[in-house]
Amino acid sequence: MQETAWQVSLVLMLMITFGVVFVAINSGKREEEYGPLVKRAYSFRTKLFWAVAFVFFPAMIYNLMSLPYSPKAAASSGPTQVINVTGHMWYWEMDRDQVEPNQPVDIRVTSADVNHGFGIYDPDLRLIAQAQAMPGYTNVIHITFPKEGTYRVLCMEYCGVAHHNMMTEIKVGKS
Amino acid sequence: MATYTYTPVPDQGAKAGVLAYLVISCVVLLLMMLFGLLMRMEQAQMISIGALWFYKIMTLHGAGMVGIVALAGAAIMWHFLRQYVDLSTGIFMANLILFLTGVVMILASVLLGDFHAAWTFLFPLPTTSMGMWSPGAAALFMGGLLVIGVGFVLLHLDIARAIISRYGGLGRGLGWPQLFGPDDGNAPPPAVVASTMVTIVNLIGLVVGASILVMMLINVYVPTFEIDPLLAKGMIYFFGHVFINAVIYMAVIAVYEILPRYTQRPWKANKVFLASWTASTIMVMFIFPHHLLMDYAYPKWFLIMGHIIGYLNTFPILIVTGYGAMMIVYRSGIRWDMCSRLLFVSLFGWAVGAMPAFIDGTITVNYVMHNTLWVPGHFHTYLLLGMVAMVFGFMYYLGKPNENAPDSALDVAAFWGFVIGTMGFTMSFLYSGKISAARRYAEHLPEWVPYDKIASYFAMLLIASVLVFIFRFLTRLGLASRDYQRASLARSMAT
Repeated sequence: MQETAWQVSLVLMLMITFGVVFVAINSGKREEEYGPLVKRAYSFRTKLFWAVAFVFFPAMIYNLMSLPYSPKAAASSGPTQVINVTGHMWYWEMDRDQVEPNQPVDIRVTSADVNHGFGIYDPDLRLIAQAQAMPGYTNVIHITFPKEGTYRVLCMEYCGVAHHNMMTEIKVGKS
Repeated sequence: MATYTYTPVPDQGAKAGVLAYLVISCVVLLLMMLFGLLMRMEQAQMISIGALWFYKIMTLHGAGMVGIVALAGAAIMWHFLRQYVDLSTGIFMANLILFLTGVVMILASVLLGDFHAAWTFLFPLPTTSMGMWSPGAAALFMGGLLVIGVGFVLLHLDIARAIISRYGGLGRGLGWPQLFGPDDGNAPPPAVVASTMVTIVNLIGLVVGASILVMMLINVYVPTFEIDPLLAKGMIYFFGHVFINAVIYMAVIAVYEILPRYTQRPWKANKVFLASWTASTIMVMFIFPHHLLMDYAYPKWFLIMGHIIGYLNTFPILIVTGYGAMMIVYRSGIRWDMCSRLLFVSLFGWAVGAMPAFIDGTITVNYVMHNTLWVPGHFHTYLLLGMVAMVFGFMYYLGKPNENAPDSALDVAAFWGFVIGTMGFTMSFLYSGKISAARRYAEHLPEWVPYDKIASYFAMLLIASVLVFIFRFLTRLGLASRDYQRASLARSMAT
């Protein structure tokens, strides 16, 4: 997902860059009659609007098809494993730190004091899931760990002077 | 259709109050940039200031930057708006005094009281410090924000009064009669439309922000006065998002007002323009849930609304304001000087920064990129290369000795240093976000450090360039208050 976000951003940013450079290069000679130019520009803008809409609206809808707020149907098999997590300044309290791979896991995240963020990093240090840990509320991460290994947990919401040290691990493997 | 006709009247100089705003903005902006550099150098392991000082500086950097760009944006808005409506100089100066009072309170809170709960002051962190700061320090910080907010409320009330008095209502200030009825050509100029929008959203945002600040202040001393953390978070992000967005909408008035003078082409407040500003008025107030996508406890429709409006919000930026700037510059014969360059590039910065922003507002992306360095990556792009470029463009405009004055090689070099430095700096942020580097960390994991070093070098280039901008403005302050032709005429009309 991060790679896709990066590449799509780069493409869009480059397209804007090309447009701006094109206008800058073509700014030197004046076209005295602004009326006809405006007419052409408005016509092009209408096309641009529909082109952007044609790309953005399907992308907007497509990206709503699979939200992290509910468990994915048939994404994995076996009984759901549950980890209850409470964030404290500045440590994580978990009732278990070991789960089976390829089986659904519900991570129930809350906090005993201030806002924290429960971020799960895979063994390659890539963020694969997160939820806010908030006092008085429980957010549930529905996840299936695809491969065995040690997953790091980092705090994703600023919570004070030791925020960056608020780390723990989840071990994914056969018990 | 509304019309704008270029008439070669002298450009109005700035009032003393506007110059006071801008001088203070220069000084604080530079200081906050240096704070930002210190943070990146700490993460890059190039210096060692320790976690406590890192987070204290982070708190000052956030609050200081949000406050100072708001002050600079207000200076631009007030300077141009007063050419159309009757504004109160007393209120304008009262806002500055309240701002400075708030700044002193915040500085005391952080530097003397060790407060370091970040400018977002997410409840209950300011009141749950684990003994790291006192309730008094928290109260001083929140009180400082409140005082600054009161100043801006006064300013916006005065602007609302002036617009209502001149145009007959805020709806008329947004050009609704021309938008929803026949365009009789009498829509307010873009500066008034933008000011009306900013006034509406900021008044609502500031009242919400002040409400949660007052609630938290009571909670500091009366803990039994309980606050729902989810409600508090929603109110804080509503206020924060509206207020920081409004600074760009204030500063873009410089582009609307100045670029037409360089190109002798109108920036028309036509139906599309008016529709886009009315749409932005609504969307800026309803887009804030994109900060809350990882709070699953909110209703799903609320979070999906943040996702959808994130996509829609790009349309006015790209298709109306960004495109409008391109349209009036294309084949205009514009003479490029520091002012026109900075204003032109500011639209690029705004538009290009909006791309990673709306992508981050995509729920599935946010799931793996929220609170990584991707977030400061996108907002530094549209604030630095967008909003701040508008401010410096305005400063060069005010200080330009005459319409034909050439720029020195140093200024031109500083312009390119600013563009390259900002893009390098922000792309380092974005790339760090791509590799999952967490945001607001005093110490980075070894895998993230190389990109912190790259960002630090680009930040140095950026700050060196800004030093030239500021030096030039300060040495030309005497010119800034005079009325004379500043904007160079486009080529075929000048020769």
